[in-house]
Amino acid sequence: MIALHHYLVLSALLFAIGVVGIFLNRKNLIVLMMAIELMLLAVNMNFVAFSHYLNDLAGQLFVFFILTVAAAEAGIGLAILVVLFRNLSTIDVDKLDSLKG
Amino acid sequence: MELKTVIFYVFALIMLVAAVRVITARNPVHAVLFLVLAFFNAGGLWLTLDAEFLAIALVMVYVGAVMVLFLFVVMMLDIDAKRLRQGFWSHMPLAATLGVLMAGEMALVLSSEYFGSASFSGQTMPADYSNTKELGRLLFTDYVYPFELASIILLVAIIAAVMLTLRHRRDVKHLDPAKQIAVKHTDRLRVIQMPAEKEEAE
Repeated sequence: MIALHHYLVLSALLFAIGVVGIFLNRKNLIVLMMAIELMLLAVNMNFVAFSHYLNDLAGQLFVFFILTVAAAEAGIGLAILVVLFRNLSTIDVDKLDSLKG
Repeated sequence: MELKTVIFYVFALIMLVAAVRVITARNPVHAVLFLVLAFFNAGGLWLTLDAEFLAIALVMVYVGAVMVLFLFVVMMLDIDAKRLRQGFWSHMPLAATLGVLMAGEMALVLSSEYFGSASFSGQTMPADYSNTKELGRLLFTDYVYPFELASIILLVAIIAAVMLTLRHRRDVKHLDPAKQIAVKHTDRLRVIQMPAEKEEAE
């Protein structure tokens, strides 16, 4: 029988993988965004699991809104990425230092 | 073992492997495709949690729209992946320690008996229960105000994305529709008055 903590541990693992991804790909902006998507997925998994085991649909509605905001975030983030690449010809995070005094 | 348990472990394993490949893949296109696989398996897991609407929404919205957008951008940009991976392995010890610590601590807390995970038992829904119908009922009654706010967030995102990437190129000829509409007939054709010529007598 699959209990609540199976899903919670699974999403903890997924979240940890996302954090590790942010550490490893410190230069590659697009993989950084993908790691953020993984972490959001882990959070959503928590919400859905709690929603099922507590028998409360509010958790699933929250996931609905998280998906909306995450889609908006991905759209704007990728637009900024495209503009950045057009100006700098690279997506290296270390090169984003033109405001450095 | 129960079938549902087997399904859970298969989906969870594939999802975790795909997630690891997302952050370690050399080629960003492969990373996006593995992320798609991870989302698919997450959708499958959500189906086992009776969240049918969200599972399908995840596959359609995330895999169908957001991941395709990622794929577009990755393929459009000419990324030098080799140079961006510099320092990948030097960050590995710290990152691995941190990740194992985080996941291990959470697993310890969550699977201890004090957490009381066994006291939560999701009830099985009757056969005619519709997850989509219940979500829709809640969404348009109790949560109608957040729903409207979400639509405004999406509108802002559309406008921001368009305005960020819009550019006027000088090297192409294009027509300005506003000027085309505002044109008057006097700009096109000018009737001039001139004295009539006399026919010469032969």
